[in-house]
Amino acid sequence: MRHRSLLVLSIALTGALTLTACGSRGGSSGGSSNASSGVTVTIGVDAPLSGQNSATGLGIEYGVKIAVDDANANHLVPGVTFAIKALDDQAQPATGQQNATALVADSSVLGVVGPLNSGVAQSMQQVFATANLVEISPSNTNPQLTQGPNWASGQKVRGYKTYFRTATTDALQGAFAAQYASGIGKKKAFVVDDKQTYGAGLAGIFKDSFQKDGGSIAGTDHVNTGDKDFSALVTKVKSSGADLLYYGGQYDEASLLTKQLKAAGDNIPLMGGDGIYSTTYISTAGQGSEGDYATAVGVPVDTLATAKDFIAKYKAANYPGDYGDYGGYSYDAATAIIKSVGTVLAANGNKLPSDARSKVVDAVQNVDFNGIAGHVSFDQYGDTTNKQLTVYQVTGGKWVSVKTGTYTG
Amino acid sequence: MHTLPQQLANGLFLGSTYGLIAIGYTMVYGIVQLINFAHGEIFMTGGFGALTVYLVLPHGTSLWLALPLMLIGGALTSVLIALGAERFAYRPLRNAPRLAPLIAAIGLSLALQQAVHNLYPKATSPRVFPQLHAGPWNLGSIHIQAGDLFTVLAAPICMIILALFVQRSRTGRAMQATAQDPDTAQLMGVDTNKIIATAFGIGALFAAVAAVCYGLRYGQVDYSMGFQAGLKAFTAAVLGGIGNIYGAMLGGLVLGLAESLATAYISDIPGMQQLGGGSWANVWAFVLLILVLLFRPQGLLGERVADRA
Repeated sequence: MRHRSLLVLSIALTGALTLTACGSRGGSSGGSSNASSGVTVTIGVDAPLSGQNSATGLGIEYGVKIAVDDANANHLVPGVTFAIKALDDQAQPATGQQNATALVADSSVLGVVGPLNSGVAQSMQQVFATANLVEISPSNTNPQLTQGPNWASGQKVRGYKTYFRTATTDALQGAFAAQYASGIGKKKAFVVDDKQTYGAGLAGIFKDSFQKDGGSIAGTDHVNTGDKDFSALVTKVKSSGADLLYYGGQYDEASLLTKQLKAAGDNIPLMGGDGIYSTTYISTAGQGSEGDYATAVGVPVDTLATAKDFIAKYKAANYPGDYGDYGGYSYDAATAIIKSVGTVLAANGNKLPSDARSKVVDAVQNVDFNGIAGHVSFDQYGDTTNKQLTVYQVTGGKWVSVKTGTYTG
Repeated sequence: MHTLPQQLANGLFLGSTYGLIAIGYTMVYGIVQLINFAHGEIFMTGGFGALTVYLVLPHGTSLWLALPLMLIGGALTSVLIALGAERFAYRPLRNAPRLAPLIAAIGLSLALQQAVHNLYPKATSPRVFPQLHAGPWNLGSIHIQAGDLFTVLAAPICMIILALFVQRSRTGRAMQATAQDPDTAQLMGVDTNKIIATAFGIGALFAAVAAVCYGLRYGQVDYSMGFQAGLKAFTAAVLGGIGNIYGAMLGGLVLGLAESLATAYISDIPGMQQLGGGSWANVWAFVLLILVLLFRPQGLLGERVADRA
């Protein structure tokens, strides 16, 4: 009996572990290796491909995949076939760090696109810096990542020379949002965040800027990621008399929050950052999202002539994620790495040098080209020089851009 | 304080769902002394079962028509999975040390999560659950929505049916006997395997009802929703006195109320601003649990099967 029990137990556990392993591997099969060419260079991807934030995360993976396919089809770097290796960080910093270690260990990886979440980026930066492996995030917006912990007081210090991003920072995004909110006559905002690096940072910047612009704060609160029930919070917001709810965080919680807020009879808009700018936000919140605002980095991809081909490919492949958020930036981030690999190769007689990784880092620092989502080049902190932002509003069940510009202090 | 009635109602709605799930923990524990940690996932699969029924029904079917079918579909899914788990994972371990079935339950919970994640189409992110288009209704200063109303009606109805079943039916009495002493019950001609399976089945049935409530209230189901809900329901079961079906419901309600009041009012107490708010709700729920267990280790109502040490 005892042996049988142990047998059943080990089968159950093995089964569970196998399935877990399958889960974490999900989506990594994408790639396009073509054995006939000489060298294969892998572009690593790290993003949440399952669970929380996965709609946006998959958008990153497929944005990179299209860039890699285009580079291979157009022989952007002669003699090199690019492949992708996508790892799922499930929006967890610890998992992101493991993935970073795994990508570093794969010597064919010369650059990484990702992650989605600023908090995850924090745990990965050091690993990549030690290995001299370039990392370009299409979406991290926390200012600290490039400019150090004391950026707000003007003491900007770049921590990691291997870290770059194609998204502009929350310092601009939060202030841009506050300026817009004041501009449409909002006076009293209730500010909620999810306590994560991205959400809390953004909410804090919004709060300060909104008060500077003459608005008042009706109250503040925090939620946990993964929470579903916000009824108590919603009642608080409703009784506070706020005319705007600002949310710093991702669409998973924001969509439920706005839905429950509207259902409770409080018809004020929710405003958030690029973390909520996702079609999933609208599909989850339904009618409740109508009239809500989101700021996002850059200009709307669908309005760009340069991105037409990309969007068509994305739609034709019927990928499950949203390209809207960062697909275009992921494409550009991957292209920056691919072009840099080309530069390094060209400078070394069309062979990969032994210190290819650190040479790629230097080449990325100097990239300068027109990507599909705007101009791609980086300043001395690794931040994008493209500092355009857009405010979107949900109108008729779709995100519609209402204002594009750069923040003017 | 003018929000108090609404906050009490919020707690009641939230607590009803916890209570429904808690029944599953408490019944299984009451009869086989097993904490079925996979119960949260049985709840989750119920939600997906109900969603599947909705998706296969012709597009545009009225939800009022679909809802009973969804409840049946969710219940069938949950019950079949629970019975399968009982038969193939727990029954072979029944005479093993206590720890073995507990670990099997944790393994099973991971397996079920990943199975839904991998096998159910597009379950990698939350799936949209259909919504009742009715209401909202205003009762004084309380604002009630269709999903809440469904929850708050389903919970007592389920409880009454369960109470009648346990007290009046032959199987119910056999369950009580098995809970008291399975060996003697077996000698008296009770098929204990059947009774234990029934306990799992009823628990799963209620979990499926809770999952439909959850879907209607939040408008979504996702593969990881069982973890937190299961943890809360387990807490509710312990709070009410694990093994006691009325305690499970009471524990759920107390927990829901505690969460909602903590979110609303703790930050108003001078010096507590930092400890209030939505993100602390879970902390206060567990503080309450610890307090109850310190002063009343058997839970609020105590376990009914007191003569079993």
